[in-house]
Amino acid sequence: MRHEVRFSGFGGQGIILSAVILGRAAAMYDNKFAVQTQVYGPEARGGASMSAVIIDDDPILFPKVITPDIFVIMSQEGFEKYGSEAPADAVMLVDSGLVHSRPGCRCIEVPATREAKQTLGREIVANIVMLGALVASTHVVGETAIEKAILDSVPKGTESLNLKAMTRGFELISKGE
Amino acid sequence: MTRTDFMQGNTACAEGALAAGCRFFGGYPITPSTEVAEHMARKLPKAGGVFIQMEDEIASMASIIGASWAGKRSMTATSGPGFSLMMENIGYAVMTETPCVVVNIQRGGPSTGQPTMSGQGDMMQCRFGSHGDYSVIALAPASVQEMFDLTAKAFNLSDRFRTPAFLMADEIIGHMREKLVIPDTVPMQGRKPLQQGVLPFHPDEDLVPGFPQFGKGYGVHVTGLTHDERGYPCATSPALHEELVKRLVNKIESHRDEIADYDVVNPDAETVFISYGVPARSVQQVLHDQKNPDVGHLRLKLVWPFPDSALRIFKNAKTFLVPELNLGQIAREVQRHTKNEVVMLPKLGGALHSPAELTTVLEGYL
Repeated sequence: MRHEVRFSGFGGQGIILSAVILGRAAAMYDNKFAVQTQVYGPEARGGASMSAVIIDDDPILFPKVITPDIFVIMSQEGFEKYGSEAPADAVMLVDSGLVHSRPGCRCIEVPATREAKQTLGREIVANIVMLGALVASTHVVGETAIEKAILDSVPKGTESLNLKAMTRGFELISKGE
Repeated sequence: MTRTDFMQGNTACAEGALAAGCRFFGGYPITPSTEVAEHMARKLPKAGGVFIQMEDEIASMASIIGASWAGKRSMTATSGPGFSLMMENIGYAVMTETPCVVVNIQRGGPSTGQPTMSGQGDMMQCRFGSHGDYSVIALAPASVQEMFDLTAKAFNLSDRFRTPAFLMADEIIGHMREKLVIPDTVPMQGRKPLQQGVLPFHPDEDLVPGFPQFGKGYGVHVTGLTHDERGYPCATSPALHEELVKRLVNKIESHRDEIADYDVVNPDAETVFISYGVPARSVQQVLHDQKNPDVGHLRLKLVWPFPDSALRIFKNAKTFLVPELNLGQIAREVQRHTKNEVVMLPKLGGALHSPAELTTVLEGYL
């Protein structure tokens, strides 16, 4: 089954890295096919950035997103530019402290930035909290796969912080916080 | 050991070059090709190679020609504006029969155009952009894996025919990430050395002369002027000039079928897509969704020299549909080789033909 996941937020939140990690988890550790693309322009540096991952059990032919079924939105501007027209049967995870609007589709509120700052002490891992919540709520890749892909991708010395952030993301979903 | 990675197309291109033994990169960064240079800058020194950021693309092209004569497999990477600057020295590489690989991650042109968007507008420039008559070899990857595989292959073709070889990719393939399988070794076909007692520009039967590498005892004169088999300028003899230029063209054109590289789907079809590079992915999606044996696909992995014999595989073909991210550059080449209807499906602006868009066109011909 083809899933199209779209991430959006502001430059610096790790929106593109999130998509790279998710694609890596699917392609390298979940025996699936994945294509990651991104909006690549000056507007992505500081403005609303966007990145997408297609995940499929079969080879991915057309490499661009057509209709996303999963959204991960981490800024209000990102919502307005890349999330407001989400189809009714999609699911959207929003960083509830940063995005004020809510979509017409199923919405999962994840206080990722607040948790990263208050519980983990580092706002910078908010994207990893979000990734944990994404995996726990949609199962688009397995938990082991996302863990391995995170460990491949984060700077040396930050592994345990990032795994804590991922686990916090899992908990926010499983405990319905 | 074979390894796998989840990698960007541009990085895969650099990995393919390294696997093929490329040990010199001279370039000038330009969007959307910069990641090729960045990866080469990180990796080449560790592999015993040399990375130089030159002052511009004119010098970049000159540097890889020099490195090639010193015996190294050499490469540069650029995009539209840089490619234009390279044209004069590309002609010099053609005339001096210098193997080298030029990667063009195409973006929207003319001029600075759309630096961050995709295009295929340089397909004719790569064929005819430098002055004078000549032929080249150009490959067109449609996946991250092909960024690796076809870059490695470009080095073999370039060495085999002593000619610049082009990797004509685009922003979409260059920047997207997919799984890449990196094999232990890649097929290697090196340069034919010059035999003792043979003049340095005397061709063998295949029209390609052996390569007299600098530093190996050869005293060779290398010039862009029309030259005799010794390599000495001889620029006023009509017969010698005609013979030389025809050989430069024919050493490639007479090997079209040997060089050809393409995939064929549904060879009995009446309506056939012809694609190269990233629009192939849209066509593959359409064929997958349609499951109609009356729709065929010729996917060119190598565009120049144009593999015209591949058109004749489609014996029942009535219509060729050619989607390209330009205003019909290769569609015109297809027209030259067939009496069938050729339908241009041009697209500008940076986006890819959507499968729905191509399906609508296709339905008009079924």
